[in-house]
Amino acid sequence: MSDTHIGSRNNPAKSEGAKWKEARVVSIGKAASNVMGIRFAVPGWPGHKAGQHVDVRLTAPGGYMAERSYSIANAPRDAGASGEPYDVELGVELLEDGEVSPYLWQLKPGDAIELRGPIGGHFIWDTAMPDPLVLVAGGAGMVPLMSMLRIHMDSLNGREAGREAVFIISLRTIDRLLYADELADMQKKDKDLKIVITLTENAPADWAGYSKRIDAEMFEKELGRLKGSMPDIYVCGPTKFVEAAAGLLVALGFNTHSIRTERFGG
Amino acid sequence: MIINEGFKPKRKANEKLPPGQYEETGFPVLSLGPTPKIDLGEWRLVVDGLVEKELSWDWKEFAALPAEDVTKDIHCVTKWSKFDTKWRGVPLDHIMDLAGVSPEATHLIAHSYDGYSTNIPIEDIRAGGPGKAGSQAWVAYLYDGKPLEAEHGGPARLLVPHLYFWKSAKWLKRLEFVKGDKPGFWETRGYHNYGDPWKEQRYTND
Repeated sequence: MSDTHIGSRNNPAKSEGAKWKEARVVSIGKAASNVMGIRFAVPGWPGHKAGQHVDVRLTAPGGYMAERSYSIANAPRDAGASGEPYDVELGVELLEDGEVSPYLWQLKPGDAIELRGPIGGHFIWDTAMPDPLVLVAGGAGMVPLMSMLRIHMDSLNGREAGREAVFIISLRTIDRLLYADELADMQKKDKDLKIVITLTENAPADWAGYSKRIDAEMFEKELGRLKGSMPDIYVCGPTKFVEAAAGLLVALGFNTHSIRTERFGG
Repeated sequence: MIINEGFKPKRKANEKLPPGQYEETGFPVLSLGPTPKIDLGEWRLVVDGLVEKELSWDWKEFAALPAEDVTKDIHCVTKWSKFDTKWRGVPLDHIMDLAGVSPEATHLIAHSYDGYSTNIPIEDIRAGGPGKAGSQAWVAYLYDGKPLEAEHGGPARLLVPHLYFWKSAKWLKRLEFVKGDKPGFWETRGYHNYGDPWKEQRYTND
């Protein structure tokens, strides 16, 4: 990635982002069968850009500390929109043998944890970027991409179209789809948005979407028409998924430098 | 500080772990975009900047340079650490001697095939710095006895294990020696300019 390509758009993280802050749970509830959506009020939150993440720190009574990174799901301007003001919404996947995620899952409104951020100056998107938007998520990789889609929807401002956007989502099973109702609503409101879901295991008999792993045929069909229009492309998910998706995008002819990736897990 | 009552550690504190890190037994991949696939027949490594002699090796020439086998702990800024990773690589110190790096040079700027760059002070790549025996940095091309996979930075990557692993640039293309600092890709995007895991220098103002 060349500095000239990115540098003009992005600014380094703000300095206050580095300090640990108290984050109080405003609401908590399942975003998917395996992902908990947790909204926090964070006094002094400097705001964030779509795609950024936070570091979370837990301290056990004996002083032992554990830190993990989680992507931010909300649009920067969501605070207060749902009645109770919140600054940061995370999507936390419950990991088997996880140390931090089981604790976060059992939080209740009013509980506090420490977090710092926002962090990240590369995997970010803003509505000022003029080109079509392509989002590709594997599982809980949907979280930071949802922040992007949310600011995109805000920018439509009631119009039914405005920017060509494609969101390809690969899930094991449909119960793992995050923000299902909100996505359906977005699809209805935005004529230029196409949400494509593929299920890799146990697709229901009446399933109308794809039921296979992402492949060249799927990407050609869903994204081929965008080849000439230089979309900004964001890919997030487990390492193997991101490697596969980024490889398909390069093979399809998209410019390597227009593809930003975020990988999690082994 | 907040004490999280009811938070039960599942991992043991380990003195080999810098603050905020956890042990990972797999080998996660972190990079900013698609993995570049570089053909060994087209690969070159260039050494330039403040040097007496600019160097440019093809793969065969590079693989013939004297190399060391080292076992090191590595620490990624995304919180995972991996203990006792085994590498084979050419010590940076040897490369600096071959090129005749000027005493004026203060930093190495490592450049990658995907356009990535990162900055490292010279004293962090010189062998036998204060209190340090032997080499501190290598251009590594074998991992666990096998050719370094593309997703982990192959054909060759920088290995600077005493700093956060983003300093160990993948898909290494060019070693540029300069006078004065020149923050690289992540260093201009919110990450710390030096990146000492033991001081938890993750982000700009840490």
